[in-house]
Amino acid sequence: MKSIKILGSGCAKCRQLADNAVAAADELGIEYQLDKVTQINDIMAFGVMMTPGLVVDGQVKSSGKVLSRDAIKTLLSE
Amino acid sequence: MNAIAWRGEWKKLIWLLGIFAVCFWLPVGSERFDGAMLEALHLTKWYAREHVLLCLVPAFFIAGAIGVFVSQAAVMRYLGPKANKVMAYGVASVSGSILAVCSCTVLPLFAGIYRMGAGLGPATAFLYAGPAINVLAIILTARVLGLELGIARAVGAIVFSVVIGLIMHLIHRREETAKAAVMTDTPEPQTLRPLGQSIAFFGAMVAILVFANWGQPAETAGFWHAIHAAKWPLTAVFALVLAVILIAWYGARWWHMLLIAVATALSGLAASAALDGPAAALIPFAVAVLGLSVVLSTSQGESAEWFNATWTFAKQIMPLLLIGVLLAGVLLGRPQQEGLIPSQWVTDLVGGNSLRANLFASVVGAFMYFATLTEVPILEGLIGNGMGKGPALALLLAGPALSLPNMLVIRSIMGTRKTVVFVILVIVMATLSGLIYGAAFP
Repeated sequence: MKSIKILGSGCAKCRQLADNAVAAADELGIEYQLDKVTQINDIMAFGVMMTPGLVVDGQVKSSGKVLSRDAIKTLLSE
Repeated sequence: MNAIAWRGEWKKLIWLLGIFAVCFWLPVGSERFDGAMLEALHLTKWYAREHVLLCLVPAFFIAGAIGVFVSQAAVMRYLGPKANKVMAYGVASVSGSILAVCSCTVLPLFAGIYRMGAGLGPATAFLYAGPAINVLAIILTARVLGLELGIARAVGAIVFSVVIGLIMHLIHRREETAKAAVMTDTPEPQTLRPLGQSIAFFGAMVAILVFANWGQPAETAGFWHAIHAAKWPLTAVFALVLAVILIAWYGARWWHMLLIAVATALSGLAASAALDGPAAALIPFAVAVLGLSVVLSTSQGESAEWFNATWTFAKQIMPLLLIGVLLAGVLLGRPQQEGLIPSQWVTDLVGGNSLRANLFASVVGAFMYFATLTEVPILEGLIGNGMGKGPALALLLAGPALSLPNMLVIRSIMGTRKTVVFVILVIVMATLSGLIYGAAFP
Protein backbone atom coordinates (compact mmCIF):
# COMPACT_ATOMS: atom_id res chain seq x y z
CA MET A 1 0.00 0.00 0.00
CA LYS A 2 1.43 3.36 -0.95
CA SER A 3 1.88 5.99 1.70
CA ILE A 4 1.14 9.49 0.42
CA LYS A 5 1.83 12.47 2.63
CA ILE A 6 0.93 16.07 1.86
CA LEU A 7 3.13 18.58 3.66
CA GLY A 8 1.62 21.97 4.27
CA SER A 9 0.10 24.20 6.91
CA GLY A 10 -3.33 24.15 5.43
CA CYS A 11 -3.68 26.86 2.83
CA ALA A 12 -5.41 26.53 -0.52
CA LYS A 13 -2.32 25.21 -2.33
CA CYS A 14 -1.91 22.32 0.10
CA ARG A 15 -5.58 21.42 -0.17
CA GLN A 16 -5.34 21.52 -3.97
CA LEU A 17 -2.34 19.20 -3.92
CA ALA A 18 -4.19 16.82 -1.61
CA ASP A 19 -7.23 16.83 -3.91
CA ASN A 20 -5.05 16.18 -6.96
CA ALA A 21 -3.21 13.38 -5.17
CA VAL A 22 -6.43 11.67 -4.13
CA ALA A 23 -7.82 11.97 -7.66
CA ALA A 24 -4.62 10.60 -9.17
CA ALA A 25 -4.44 7.64 -6.79
CA ASP A 26 -8.13 6.86 -7.28
CA GLU A 27 -7.74 6.94 -11.06
CA LEU A 28 -4.82 4.54 -10.89
CA GLY A 29 -6.87 2.31 -8.65
CA ILE A 30 -4.04 1.74 -6.21
CA GLU A 31 -4.34 1.22 -2.49
CA TYR A 32 -3.02 4.18 -0.59
CA GLN A 33 -3.02 5.99 2.73
CA LEU A 34 -3.15 9.79 2.63
CA ASP A 35 -1.81 11.82 5.53
CA LYS A 36 -1.65 15.57 5.93
CA VAL A 37 1.40 16.82 7.77
CA THR A 38 0.69 20.32 9.07
CA GLN A 39 3.10 20.87 11.95
CA ILE A 40 6.08 22.91 10.84
CA ASN A 41 8.60 20.83 12.75
CA ASP A 42 7.28 17.64 11.15
CA ILE A 43 7.40 19.25 7.71
CA MET A 44 11.00 20.24 8.30
CA ALA A 45 11.87 16.71 9.35
CA PHE A 46 11.38 15.74 5.71
CA GLY A 47 13.89 18.36 4.66
CA VAL A 48 11.24 20.36 2.86
CA MET A 49 11.47 24.14 2.97
CA MET A 50 8.79 25.12 0.51
CA THR A 51 5.23 23.96 0.95
CA PRO A 52 3.19 22.30 -0.38
CA GLY A 53 5.23 19.12 -0.43
CA LEU A 54 4.44 15.65 -1.69
CA VAL A 55 5.98 12.59 -0.07
CA VAL A 56 5.40 9.12 -1.51
CA ASP A 57 6.56 6.08 0.48
CA GLY A 58 8.84 8.24 2.56
CA GLN A 59 10.54 9.97 -0.37
CA VAL A 60 10.05 13.66 -1.10
CA LYS A 61 8.81 13.84 -4.66
CA SER A 62 8.13 17.53 -4.97
CA SER A 63 8.11 20.70 -2.96
CA GLY A 64 6.88 24.21 -3.59
CA LYS A 65 4.51 23.29 -6.41
CA VAL A 66 0.96 22.09 -6.76
CA LEU A 67 1.41 19.12 -9.07
CA SER A 68 -1.32 18.33 -11.52
CA ARG A 69 -3.28 15.14 -11.26
CA ASP A 70 -1.46 13.70 -14.27
CA ALA A 71 1.96 14.56 -12.90
CA ILE A 72 1.09 12.82 -9.65
CA LYS A 73 -0.18 9.80 -11.56
CA THR A 74 3.23 9.55 -13.25
CA LEU A 75 4.96 9.77 -9.88
CA LEU A 76 2.74 7.16 -8.31
CA SER A 77 3.30 4.75 -11.17
CA GLU A 78 7.08 4.78 -10.81
CA MET B 1 -41.52 13.71 24.80
CA ASN B 2 -37.84 14.20 25.70
CA ALA B 3 -36.53 17.30 27.40
CA ILE B 4 -34.37 19.50 25.18
CA ALA B 5 -30.71 18.50 25.35
CA TRP B 6 -29.48 21.89 26.55
CA ARG B 7 -25.92 20.75 26.69
CA GLY B 8 -25.75 20.70 22.92
CA GLU B 9 -28.08 23.61 22.38
CA TRP B 10 -26.90 26.32 24.76
CA LYS B 11 -24.35 27.78 22.35
CA LYS B 12 -27.00 28.35 19.71
CA LEU B 13 -29.19 29.98 22.34
CA ILE B 14 -26.45 32.40 23.31
CA TRP B 15 -25.90 33.29 19.63
CA LEU B 16 -29.60 33.84 19.10
CA LEU B 17 -29.93 36.02 22.18
CA GLY B 18 -26.79 37.94 21.31
CA ILE B 19 -27.87 38.70 17.75
CA PHE B 20 -31.34 39.64 18.98
CA ALA B 21 -29.84 42.03 21.52
CA VAL B 22 -27.74 43.69 18.85
CA CYS B 23 -30.74 44.07 16.56
CA PHE B 24 -32.92 45.35 19.42
CA TRP B 25 -30.46 48.05 20.36
CA LEU B 26 -29.22 48.78 16.83
CA PRO B 27 -28.24 52.46 16.87
CA VAL B 28 -29.90 53.12 13.53
CA GLY B 29 -31.12 56.64 13.49
CA SER B 30 -28.19 58.02 15.42
CA GLU B 31 -26.29 60.32 13.12
CA ARG B 32 -22.86 58.85 13.74
CA PHE B 33 -24.00 55.28 13.15
CA ASP B 34 -25.95 56.04 9.97
CA GLY B 35 -23.07 58.13 8.72
CA ALA B 36 -20.62 55.31 9.39
CA MET B 37 -22.76 52.80 7.51
CA LEU B 38 -22.98 55.10 4.51
CA GLU B 39 -19.28 55.81 4.67
CA ALA B 40 -18.54 52.09 4.52
CA LEU B 41 -20.63 51.78 1.37
CA HIS B 42 -19.18 54.93 -0.19
CA LEU B 43 -15.66 53.72 0.47
CA THR B 44 -16.40 50.33 -1.05
CA LYS B 45 -17.81 51.93 -4.17
CA TRP B 46 -14.80 54.23 -4.41
CA TYR B 47 -12.37 51.34 -4.14
CA ALA B 48 -14.30 49.37 -6.73
CA ARG B 49 -14.18 52.26 -9.15
CA GLU B 50 -10.74 53.63 -8.52
CA HIS B 51 -8.53 50.77 -7.57
CA VAL B 52 -9.81 47.37 -8.49
CA LEU B 53 -9.68 47.31 -12.26
CA LEU B 54 -6.70 49.51 -13.02
CA CYS B 55 -4.53 48.65 -10.07
CA LEU B 56 -5.45 45.40 -8.39
CA VAL B 57 -6.15 43.34 -11.50
CA PRO B 58 -2.77 44.08 -13.15
CA ALA B 59 -1.17 43.52 -9.76
CA PHE B 60 -2.76 40.08 -9.52
CA PHE B 61 -1.39 39.22 -12.96
CA ILE B 62 2.07 40.39 -11.91
CA ALA B 63 1.95 38.45 -8.66
CA GLY B 64 0.74 35.36 -10.51
CA ALA B 65 3.55 35.71 -13.01
CA ILE B 66 6.10 35.95 -10.22
CA GLY B 67 4.73 32.78 -8.70
CA VAL B 68 4.94 30.87 -11.96
CA PHE B 69 7.86 32.29 -13.90
CA VAL B 70 10.42 33.05 -11.24
CA SER B 71 12.27 29.96 -10.15
CA GLN B 72 11.81 29.68 -6.41
CA ALA B 73 14.38 26.92 -6.31
CA ALA B 74 16.99 29.23 -7.79
CA VAL B 75 16.30 31.80 -5.10
CA MET B 76 16.35 29.19 -2.33
CA ARG B 77 19.89 28.24 -3.28
CA TYR B 78 21.02 31.59 -1.87
CA LEU B 79 19.28 30.82 1.40
CA GLY B 80 20.27 27.20 1.75
CA PRO B 81 22.95 25.64 3.93
CA LYS B 82 25.75 26.24 1.46
CA ALA B 83 24.86 29.86 0.84
CA ASN B 84 27.27 32.74 1.21
CA LYS B 85 26.19 34.15 4.57
CA VAL B 86 26.62 37.80 3.68
CA MET B 87 24.66 37.55 0.46
CA ALA B 88 22.00 35.53 2.24
CA TYR B 89 20.93 38.63 4.17
CA GLY B 90 20.46 40.66 1.03
CA VAL B 91 18.61 37.86 -0.72
CA ALA B 92 16.46 37.14 2.34
CA SER B 93 15.32 40.72 2.62
CA VAL B 94 14.26 41.03 -1.00
CA SER B 95 13.16 37.52 -1.83
CA GLY B 96 10.03 37.86 0.27
CA SER B 97 8.47 39.47 -2.75
CA ILE B 98 9.25 36.36 -4.79
CA LEU B 99 8.96 33.55 -2.28
CA ALA B 100 6.22 34.70 0.01
CA VAL B 101 3.58 35.71 -2.46
CA CYS B 102 1.30 33.29 -0.66
CA SER B 103 1.19 34.31 2.99
CA CYS B 104 1.13 30.74 4.28
CA THR B 105 4.57 29.98 2.89
CA VAL B 106 6.40 32.47 5.09
CA LEU B 107 6.47 30.41 8.27
CA PRO B 108 7.61 27.06 6.81
CA LEU B 109 10.25 28.88 4.79
CA PHE B 110 11.40 30.74 7.88
CA ALA B 111 11.65 27.48 9.79
CA GLY B 112 13.54 25.91 6.92
CA ILE B 113 16.05 28.72 6.52
CA TYR B 114 16.59 28.84 10.27
CA ARG B 115 17.13 25.15 10.89
CA MET B 116 18.30 23.81 7.57
CA GLY B 117 19.56 26.76 5.66
CA ALA B 118 21.54 29.90 6.12
CA GLY B 119 20.73 30.32 9.78
CA LEU B 120 18.96 32.53 12.28
CA GLY B 121 20.07 35.88 10.87
CA PRO B 122 18.90 35.49 7.27
CA ALA B 123 15.85 33.55 8.48
CA THR B 124 14.77 36.43 10.69
CA ALA B 125 15.43 38.91 7.92
CA PHE B 126 13.17 36.87 5.69
CA LEU B 127 10.56 36.46 8.42
CA TYR B 128 10.24 40.19 8.73
CA ALA B 129 10.63 41.21 5.11
CA GLY B 130 8.52 38.46 3.59
CA PRO B 131 5.08 39.78 4.45
CA ALA B 132 6.33 43.34 4.50
CA ILE B 133 7.37 43.55 0.83
CA ASN B 134 4.46 41.59 -0.52
CA VAL B 135 4.23 42.81 -4.10
CA LEU B 136 0.49 43.40 -4.01
CA ALA B 137 0.69 45.34 -0.77
CA ILE B 138 3.40 47.66 -2.02
CA ILE B 139 1.51 48.37 -5.22
CA LEU B 140 -1.72 49.14 -3.41
CA THR B 141 0.08 51.22 -0.78
CA ALA B 142 1.70 53.34 -3.46
CA ARG B 143 -1.59 53.73 -5.26
CA VAL B 144 -3.87 54.55 -2.34
CA LEU B 145 -1.54 56.12 0.21
CA GLY B 146 0.86 57.78 -2.17
CA LEU B 147 4.11 56.94 -3.90
CA GLU B 148 6.20 58.35 -1.00
CA LEU B 149 4.68 56.00 1.53
CA GLY B 150 4.82 53.05 -0.86
CA ILE B 151 8.52 53.52 -1.51
CA ALA B 152 9.21 54.25 2.16
CA ARG B 153 7.45 51.03 3.07
CA ALA B 154 9.45 48.94 0.61
CA VAL B 155 12.79 50.54 1.44
CA GLY B 156 12.11 50.47 5.17
CA ALA B 157 11.15 46.83 5.08
CA ILE B 158 14.26 45.80 3.16
CA VAL B 159 16.74 47.87 5.15
CA PHE B 160 15.34 47.00 8.53
CA SER B 161 14.95 43.33 7.78
CA VAL B 162 18.70 43.14 7.21
CA VAL B 163 19.33 45.15 10.37
CA ILE B 164 16.98 43.02 12.45
CA GLY B 165 18.46 39.84 11.01
CA LEU B 166 21.98 40.96 11.81
CA ILE B 167 21.10 41.99 15.35
CA MET B 168 19.35 38.68 15.99
CA HIS B 169 22.42 36.88 14.70
CA LEU B 170 24.78 38.93 16.85
CA ILE B 171 22.75 38.55 20.01
CA HIS B 172 22.51 34.79 19.64
CA ARG B 173 25.77 34.00 17.92
CA ARG B 174 27.12 31.97 20.77
CA GLU B 175 24.27 29.53 20.56
CA GLU B 176 25.02 26.63 18.33
CA THR B 177 21.83 25.49 16.74
CA ALA B 178 22.42 22.04 15.43
CA LYS B 179 20.92 21.76 11.98
CA ALA B 180 17.60 20.08 12.50
CA ALA B 181 17.62 18.18 9.26
CA VAL B 182 19.32 18.10 5.93
CA MET B 183 17.50 19.92 3.20
CA THR B 184 16.46 17.50 0.49
CA ASP B 185 17.26 18.54 -3.03
CA THR B 186 14.11 17.98 -5.01
CA PRO B 187 14.81 17.93 -8.71
CA GLU B 188 13.25 20.94 -10.38
CA PRO B 189 12.65 20.82 -14.12
CA GLN B 190 14.54 23.93 -15.12
CA THR B 191 13.07 25.80 -18.05
CA LEU B 192 15.97 28.12 -18.62
CA ARG B 193 14.56 31.36 -19.83
CA PRO B 194 17.06 34.13 -20.59
CA LEU B 195 16.97 36.76 -17.90
CA GLY B 196 16.41 39.49 -20.47
CA GLN B 197 13.11 37.95 -21.53
CA SER B 198 11.84 37.79 -17.98
CA ILE B 199 12.89 41.37 -17.32
CA ALA B 200 11.16 42.60 -20.48
CA PHE B 201 8.04 40.62 -19.60
CA PHE B 202 7.76 41.96 -16.07
CA GLY B 203 8.89 45.39 -17.20
CA ALA B 204 6.04 45.64 -19.70
CA MET B 205 3.47 44.65 -17.07
CA VAL B 206 4.85 47.05 -14.51
CA ALA B 207 4.87 49.82 -17.12
CA ILE B 208 1.19 49.16 -17.85
CA LEU B 209 0.44 49.28 -14.14
CA VAL B 210 2.37 52.48 -13.61
CA PHE B 211 0.99 54.42 -16.56
CA ALA B 212 -2.59 53.28 -16.16
CA ASN B 213 -2.46 54.60 -12.62
CA TRP B 214 -0.51 57.79 -13.22
CA GLY B 215 -2.06 60.33 -10.95
CA GLN B 216 -2.94 63.87 -11.81
CA PRO B 217 -0.16 66.18 -10.68
CA ALA B 218 -0.82 69.53 -9.10
CA GLU B 219 0.90 71.53 -11.82
CA THR B 220 -0.78 72.09 -15.16
CA ALA B 221 2.41 72.00 -17.19
CA GLY B 222 5.80 70.36 -17.19
CA PHE B 223 7.08 66.79 -17.41
CA TRP B 224 4.78 65.05 -14.90
CA HIS B 225 1.78 66.73 -16.38
CA ALA B 226 2.78 65.74 -19.89
CA ILE B 227 3.00 62.11 -18.83
CA HIS B 228 -0.39 62.29 -17.21
CA ALA B 229 -1.89 63.74 -20.35
CA ALA B 230 -0.40 60.89 -22.39
CA LYS B 231 -1.05 58.10 -19.88
CA TRP B 232 -3.50 56.12 -21.98
CA PRO B 233 -1.48 56.16 -25.20
CA LEU B 234 1.53 55.11 -23.12
CA THR B 235 -0.45 52.30 -21.50
CA ALA B 236 -1.60 51.15 -24.91
CA VAL B 237 1.98 51.14 -26.22
CA PHE B 238 3.17 48.93 -23.39
CA ALA B 239 0.15 46.68 -23.79
CA LEU B 240 1.21 46.13 -27.40
CA VAL B 241 4.77 45.50 -26.21
CA LEU B 242 3.43 42.90 -23.80
CA ALA B 243 1.44 41.25 -26.58
CA VAL B 244 4.56 41.03 -28.75
CA ILE B 245 6.57 39.58 -25.87
CA LEU B 246 3.90 37.01 -25.21
CA ILE B 247 3.89 35.96 -28.87
CA ALA B 248 7.68 35.91 -29.19
CA TRP B 249 8.74 34.21 -25.99
CA TYR B 250 5.73 32.90 -24.15
CA GLY B 251 3.99 30.87 -26.78
CA ALA B 252 0.95 33.04 -27.39
CA ARG B 253 -0.73 32.84 -30.80
CA TRP B 254 -0.47 36.05 -32.78
CA TRP B 255 -4.03 36.00 -33.96
CA HIS B 256 -5.28 35.65 -30.36
CA MET B 257 -3.36 38.78 -29.47
CA LEU B 258 -4.59 40.52 -32.60
CA LEU B 259 -8.19 39.72 -31.71
CA ILE B 260 -7.70 41.16 -28.24
CA ALA B 261 -6.03 44.27 -29.64
CA VAL B 262 -8.80 44.89 -32.13
CA ALA B 263 -11.53 44.32 -29.55
CA THR B 264 -9.80 46.69 -27.16
CA ALA B 265 -9.36 49.38 -29.79
CA LEU B 266 -12.97 49.15 -30.93
CA SER B 267 -14.36 49.24 -27.42
CA GLY B 268 -12.05 52.14 -26.65
CA LEU B 269 -13.41 54.16 -29.56
CA ALA B 270 -16.98 53.31 -28.64
CA ALA B 271 -16.42 54.18 -24.98
CA SER B 272 -14.79 57.53 -25.60
CA ALA B 273 -17.65 58.45 -27.91
CA ALA B 274 -20.28 57.50 -25.38
CA LEU B 275 -18.63 58.39 -22.05
CA ASP B 276 -16.69 61.31 -20.72
CA GLY B 277 -13.47 61.49 -18.83
CA PRO B 278 -11.53 58.73 -17.06
CA ALA B 279 -14.45 56.26 -17.03
CA ALA B 280 -14.04 55.86 -20.79
CA ALA B 281 -10.67 54.17 -20.32
CA LEU B 282 -12.04 51.54 -17.98
CA ILE B 283 -13.99 49.80 -20.73
CA PRO B 284 -11.16 49.02 -23.17
CA PHE B 285 -8.97 48.12 -20.19
CA ALA B 286 -11.59 45.65 -19.01
CA VAL B 287 -11.95 44.23 -22.52
CA ALA B 288 -8.19 43.70 -22.78
CA VAL B 289 -8.03 42.02 -19.37
CA LEU B 290 -10.97 39.80 -20.23
CA GLY B 291 -9.40 38.88 -23.57
CA LEU B 292 -6.08 38.03 -21.95
CA SER B 293 -7.81 35.94 -19.29
CA VAL B 294 -9.77 33.94 -21.85
CA VAL B 295 -6.69 33.31 -23.97
CA LEU B 296 -4.49 32.31 -21.04
CA SER B 297 -7.01 30.10 -19.33
CA THR B 298 -7.72 28.12 -22.48
CA SER B 299 -4.09 27.49 -23.36
CA GLN B 300 -1.68 24.90 -22.06
CA GLY B 301 1.39 24.83 -19.94
CA GLU B 302 2.89 27.96 -18.46
CA SER B 303 0.23 30.34 -19.71
CA ALA B 304 -2.53 28.35 -18.06
CA GLU B 305 -0.46 28.09 -14.88
CA TRP B 306 0.02 31.85 -14.90
CA PHE B 307 -3.69 32.49 -15.18
CA ASN B 308 -4.37 29.88 -12.52
CA ALA B 309 -2.02 31.58 -10.08
CA THR B 310 -3.55 34.98 -10.89
CA TRP B 311 -7.08 33.69 -10.37
CA THR B 312 -6.09 32.01 -7.10
CA PHE B 313 -4.84 35.34 -5.79
CA ALA B 314 -7.96 37.12 -6.88
CA LYS B 315 -10.16 34.55 -5.14
CA GLN B 316 -8.09 34.64 -2.00
CA ILE B 317 -7.60 38.36 -1.64
CA MET B 318 -10.68 40.13 -2.96
CA PRO B 319 -13.00 38.91 -0.17
CA LEU B 320 -10.43 39.93 2.43
CA LEU B 321 -10.01 43.33 0.86
CA LEU B 322 -13.77 43.82 0.75
CA ILE B 323 -14.03 43.08 4.45
CA GLY B 324 -11.09 45.38 5.16
CA VAL B 325 -12.62 48.24 3.18
CA LEU B 326 -16.04 47.84 4.85
CA LEU B 327 -14.42 47.74 8.26
CA ALA B 328 -12.28 50.77 7.52
CA GLY B 329 -15.31 52.61 6.20
CA VAL B 330 -17.46 51.84 9.23
CA LEU B 331 -14.77 52.73 11.76
CA LEU B 332 -13.00 55.57 10.02
CA GLY B 333 -14.97 56.71 7.01
CA ARG B 334 -13.67 58.02 3.72
CA PRO B 335 -10.79 60.48 3.61
CA GLN B 336 -12.04 63.76 5.04
CA GLN B 337 -14.99 62.00 6.67
CA GLU B 338 -15.58 60.28 9.98
CA GLY B 339 -16.87 56.84 10.81
CA LEU B 340 -17.76 55.45 14.21
CA ILE B 341 -14.45 56.53 15.69
CA PRO B 342 -14.23 60.28 16.29
CA SER B 343 -11.23 61.67 14.44
CA GLN B 344 -10.22 63.52 17.59
CA TRP B 345 -9.28 60.22 19.21
CA VAL B 346 -7.09 59.33 16.22
CA THR B 347 -5.36 62.69 16.25
CA ASP B 348 -4.79 62.46 20.00
CA LEU B 349 -3.35 58.97 19.90
CA VAL B 350 -1.35 58.93 16.69
CA GLY B 351 -1.33 62.43 15.30
CA GLY B 352 1.82 64.36 14.69
CA ASN B 353 5.21 62.73 14.94
CA SER B 354 5.89 62.31 18.63
CA LEU B 355 7.73 59.32 20.02
CA ARG B 356 4.53 58.32 21.81
CA ALA B 357 2.47 58.36 18.61
CA ASN B 358 5.00 56.30 16.67
CA LEU B 359 5.46 53.85 19.50
CA PHE B 360 1.73 53.42 19.95
CA ALA B 361 1.29 52.78 16.22
CA SER B 362 4.14 50.24 16.22
CA VAL B 363 2.87 48.30 19.20
CA VAL B 364 -0.73 48.20 18.00
CA GLY B 365 0.47 47.20 14.54
CA ALA B 366 2.67 44.44 15.90
CA PHE B 367 -0.12 42.74 17.84
CA MET B 368 -3.04 43.42 15.58
CA TYR B 369 -3.80 41.02 12.79
CA PHE B 370 -4.03 42.45 9.29
CA ALA B 371 -5.21 40.17 6.51
CA THR B 372 -3.34 40.71 3.25
CA LEU B 373 -3.91 44.21 1.91
CA THR B 374 -6.42 45.21 4.59
CA GLU B 375 -3.83 47.45 6.19
CA VAL B 376 -4.18 49.81 3.24
CA PRO B 377 -7.82 50.92 3.60
CA ILE B 378 -7.48 50.97 7.37
CA LEU B 379 -4.43 53.15 7.18
CA GLU B 380 -6.11 55.41 4.64
CA GLY B 381 -8.93 55.91 7.09
CA LEU B 382 -6.55 56.64 9.94
CA ILE B 383 -4.52 59.14 7.92
CA GLY B 384 -7.74 60.83 6.82
CA ASN B 385 -8.71 61.14 10.47
CA GLY B 386 -5.47 62.81 11.51
CA MET B 387 -2.81 60.12 11.88
CA GLY B 388 0.62 61.51 11.27
CA LYS B 389 2.73 60.18 8.41
CA GLY B 390 5.45 58.94 10.74
CA PRO B 391 3.10 56.76 12.82
CA ALA B 392 1.49 55.63 9.54
CA LEU B 393 4.79 54.24 8.31
CA ALA B 394 5.40 52.70 11.74
CA LEU B 395 2.07 50.89 11.47
CA LEU B 396 2.84 49.75 7.92
CA LEU B 397 6.16 48.31 8.97
CA ALA B 398 4.97 46.57 12.13
CA GLY B 399 1.44 45.62 11.10
CA PRO B 400 1.49 43.11 8.28
CA ALA B 401 4.67 41.39 9.43
CA LEU B 402 3.46 40.49 12.90
CA SER B 403 0.33 39.62 14.79
CA LEU B 404 -0.42 37.87 18.01
CA PRO B 405 -1.36 34.50 16.45
CA ASN B 406 1.70 34.76 14.21
CA MET B 407 3.95 35.39 17.22
CA LEU B 408 2.74 32.17 18.82
CA VAL B 409 3.71 30.13 15.78
CA ILE B 410 7.11 31.81 15.57
CA ARG B 411 7.57 30.98 19.24
CA SER B 412 7.03 27.28 18.49
CA ILE B 413 9.89 27.46 15.99
CA MET B 414 12.50 29.56 17.71
CA GLY B 415 11.47 29.65 21.31
CA THR B 416 10.08 32.34 23.57
CA ARG B 417 13.25 34.31 24.22
CA LYS B 418 14.21 34.77 20.57
CA THR B 419 10.61 35.61 19.67
CA VAL B 420 10.48 38.31 22.34
CA VAL B 421 13.75 39.77 21.07
CA PHE B 422 12.41 39.72 17.53
CA VAL B 423 9.16 41.46 18.45
CA ILE B 424 10.99 44.14 20.42
CA LEU B 425 13.38 44.71 17.50
CA VAL B 426 10.46 45.08 15.07
CA ILE B 427 8.70 47.58 17.32
CA VAL B 428 11.88 49.59 17.85
CA MET B 429 12.74 49.63 14.14
CA ALA B 430 9.20 50.56 13.13
CA THR B 431 9.09 53.39 15.66
CA LEU B 432 12.48 54.69 14.54
CA SER B 433 11.57 54.58 10.87
CA GLY B 434 8.34 56.36 11.64
CA LEU B 435 10.15 59.10 13.52
CA ILE B 436 12.69 59.58 10.74
CA TYR B 437 10.11 59.55 7.96
CA GLY B 438 7.74 61.83 9.80
CA ALA B 439 10.54 64.31 10.38
CA ALA B 440 11.75 64.17 6.78
CA PHE B 441 8.34 64.37 5.09
CA PRO B 442 5.99 66.26 7.40
